[in-house]
Amino acid sequence: MIGVEISKMLRSRRTWSTILLIDALPTLVAVLLALTDLGPRPGTGPAFLSAVLTDGTLFPLAALAIVLPLFLPIAVAITAGEAIAGEAQQGTLRYLLVRPVGRTRLLVAKLVSVLCFVVVTILVVAVTAYVVGTLLLGQADASAGGVTSVSGSQLSTQELTLRTLLALGYAMLCMTGVAAIGLFLSTVAESPLGAALGTLAVLIASTLLLTLDAAQSLQPYLPTRYWLSFVDLFRDPILWRDVERGVLLQLVYVAVFLGAAWANFMTKDVTD
Amino acid sequence: MITTRGLTKRFGSITAVDDLSLEVHEGDVYGFLGANGSGKTTTVRMLLGLVLATSGSAEVLGHAMPADWRTVLPQVGAMVEGPASYGQLSGRANLALFDASGPGGARGTRAGRVDDVLEQVGLGQVDRRPVQAYSLGMKQRLGLAAALLRGPRLLVLDEPTNGLDPQGIRHIRDLLLALNAAGTTIFLSSHLLAEVEQMCTRVGVLDRGRLVLQERLDVLQRPTGRVRLGTTDPAAVRALLDGAVEGQDGDRLLVRTTDPAELNQRLVRAGIPVLELAPERNTLEDVVLAATTTEPTADTTGGLR
Repeated sequence: MIGVEISKMLRSRRTWSTILLIDALPTLVAVLLALTDLGPRPGTGPAFLSAVLTDGTLFPLAALAIVLPLFLPIAVAITAGEAIAGEAQQGTLRYLLVRPVGRTRLLVAKLVSVLCFVVVTILVVAVTAYVVGTLLLGQADASAGGVTSVSGSQLSTQELTLRTLLALGYAMLCMTGVAAIGLFLSTVAESPLGAALGTLAVLIASTLLLTLDAAQSLQPYLPTRYWLSFVDLFRDPILWRDVERGVLLQLVYVAVFLGAAWANFMTKDVTD
Repeated sequence: MITTRGLTKRFGSITAVDDLSLEVHEGDVYGFLGANGSGKTTTVRMLLGLVLATSGSAEVLGHAMPADWRTVLPQVGAMVEGPASYGQLSGRANLALFDASGPGGARGTRAGRVDDVLEQVGLGQVDRRPVQAYSLGMKQRLGLAAALLRGPRLLVLDEPTNGLDPQGIRHIRDLLLALNAAGTTIFLSSHLLAEVEQMCTRVGVLDRGRLVLQERLDVLQRPTGRVRLGTTDPAAVRALLDGAVEGQDGDRLLVRTTDPAELNQRLVRAGIPVLELAPERNTLEDVVLAATTTEPTADTTGGLR
């Protein structure tokens, strides 16, 4: 069943047009940077964007920082929202269930397929950004001894690769949190669009509350609070505090919303 | 095959199915009739474990539903409220995906099985077009093909001939009757009384969530003890038979008799020309309308569903 769901996801034209769209934005940014050579001043704009002018190998991280706040969560919310509500709207849910596919099994297969989407999307973005970055922006001079960390010290290529992979993993976990919320709403909502919009509403509310001083007591528990903390992985030494909190928070979100999705779906009357 | 006891489903304050006790025997072609909103679809969904009953129990193929769905559902083929498929994929790809989704479908024999059922429902020549380009009748056939894919012991079908042309209806009816002759029990819900009359051996009628009638079709259609008599000389018949004539419409008379052959003899001996003579039977329509005493509303005037 898991294989069937993944193949459905990979065969859907929408999956690939979404990935293409997400990929287009950082590529456009790279082209503009290469043409104009006008980076944001250090300390402003998306993370790493001022650094990539001197070293294109950092561009995957810049690309991640560009798509993580908005593009990626939208795509994940739509894909996860589609999971159950989309089958229900198409009428195929009732046929899957009488095939029979167990409800738990179906939910797990849907989750795995959404996670695959997350992984594929992030990897595509990272690989394209690496290729585009090194081609257009060039690599730092090898004699300079690696790249400069956010803290100003030097990082070896090996260290940079490891930390980049960690950052990609962290981004995937953050998107898994989004996927869990989306999957839960997908078992509740009548339409896939409703589930996707509901998920986005949660994320937008969270982003908004993060800017509000009065909401300070809530802020450590908001789902988007630590999303961009992957930047801390590039400090020297690594600043683990926010990353750890981010991982823990996302795990709690995933557990709570998947549990709710399961509880709701098991007892749901499938009437559409 | 199917036994329900006191099956009840409430959605909020609305009782969709009320204390339903169905009895479908092995080998039946069971016609499930009822007006719009009478709870037919909800019943079918409860039998398949899609909707959970508020109270009461259901047994399908000798096992409790929905508790034993793992045992029951692999032996059931179903079409609920119209066919559904992934519109961007071809019919063949849809059936292959459907087959791969659940248990008991070996990968090696999949393509052969898919071809077999497509052939059975008359889609053997279907090309690689996506399903969204299919006509309603083709989608209906594809849905039926999916239901047949597992070689089920029990077929639960909701309006299987919807959207088909007369030849298509004939084809599907012949197919279902052939399957039934080979041992498949068929539970058919339909709003077409004629279809049920032509195919079914037993009939259940649902009215506002309650089962108001459940009987063998031939019992329902038994002779009424009257004959329809067509003649060119109704006055002579009245004179001969006197009080036995119970109704007249022009040249056609309704005559009460216990022995139509004897009646015919008397008429011929008396020299009365007989155009036709046939025992009167209850039609399914009469029986159903008598059983469902529903006041006609905008919802039900369109026919029974």
